[in-house]
Amino acid sequence: MSGTTTVARKRTARKTLLEPTSRETAEKYQAPRLEIPVTAERDHIEGPVNASLTLVEYGDYQCPYCGAAYPEVKKVQKELGSELRFVFRNFPLTNMHEHAMNAAETAEAASAQGKFWPMHDFLYEHQATLGDSSVALGYAKKLGLDTQRFEREVAQHMYQKRIKDDFMGGVRSGVNGTPTFYVNGVRHDEDAIAKALIEALSHTK
Amino acid sequence: MLCNVISLHGRRTFPLKTSLTQTGKRRRMRKPENKGAARSRRQQPLKAKKIVKKVDSVLGPGKTAPNFSLNSTPDQKVSLNDFRGQPVILAFYPADWSPVCTDQLSLYAMVMPEFKKFNAELLAISVDNIWSHLAFAKDRKLNFPVLADFEPKGSISKKYGAYKEKIGESARALFVIDDKGVIRWSHLSPDGINPGADGILSALENMNKAQPAEKN
Repeated sequence: MSGTTTVARKRTARKTLLEPTSRETAEKYQAPRLEIPVTAERDHIEGPVNASLTLVEYGDYQCPYCGAAYPEVKKVQKELGSELRFVFRNFPLTNMHEHAMNAAETAEAASAQGKFWPMHDFLYEHQATLGDSSVALGYAKKLGLDTQRFEREVAQHMYQKRIKDDFMGGVRSGVNGTPTFYVNGVRHDEDAIAKALIEALSHTK
Repeated sequence: MLCNVISLHGRRTFPLKTSLTQTGKRRRMRKPENKGAARSRRQQPLKAKKIVKKVDSVLGPGKTAPNFSLNSTPDQKVSLNDFRGQPVILAFYPADWSPVCTDQLSLYAMVMPEFKKFNAELLAISVDNIWSHLAFAKDRKLNFPVLADFEPKGSISKKYGAYKEKIGESARALFVIDDKGVIRWSHLSPDGINPGADGILSALENMNKAQPAEKN
């Protein structure tokens, strides 16, 4: 009988010491939240600044999965129209993608001249050419940018600090790969496809 | 699709009710007058009740982290006790070579400078063998030891409550251990969820906040 008592005692001990952790992870799992609030001053926002729905992407221009998610985001934007504001933040995985930082700097340099979104879209639509900086430069010219300034700012890594700040903000918010989406401030752990994103956006409205 | 490990380890088979309830169930005793069909089963001796460790119970804060000595290269071992005096992050993970362009460990390699600000050391552990680890670490440019919990398979993972018997892999579990070898934070990710680095950084920060108070 004493054996049973020990067993019971052990079980109680296990319950008190270990179970909160297990219960927390198994049943009360909560996806991480966006730690850095969206602000019109700092963020790249597509759509009405005060839209009721917010989709934030932490992305890497060289990541193929981000490339695959790019048309999905376009579908979400088309579907939800002016209800949605889409925010893009940099999360270049430089140890995996050698051109990711340069591409992010390219988009930020275009942003300095008011053309972030055209350049952002161009980079995702021409992912295969990321190693060749003349391609983005050609597009900058086409956009009517001051290409001298554009080239200088990229070469001098003017926006690297901002990009690294984006990255660390993402890390603190639980970004765990690219792309990572936040739907109205909560990390989206489901698939990065239009259907799942639209569903999540309309559920957490 | 996400550029992380969800694709491969997306099995959502997280056991909410674990083996404890099954094995803990009292073996039914049949009354002598019940001449049922399972006569042979009745004649078997009553086995002692076994306690099977819950798969989803990782060691919690306040516990002393079990020491270990595991291979980081074919001829080098790394022991937890080697790092006494500095914080240690343990990252148990299911397998090398998840078919994605980044995963949990690649992310940690990038966040390493932040961990270093706390003088913390990161050790990654899975049941893969050392040759797989070496190739994996080289390919993903990992800048921390990747340890093989290979023989006896998963024995250290088991000690931390971070082993999945059915699958035969380590669970995706994180531990932050203080300079005295005491676990200060632990986290078990639901299946298929890459935990990221935010929890580790918060735990290291909280430890830093708590420490000056302890010294007074």
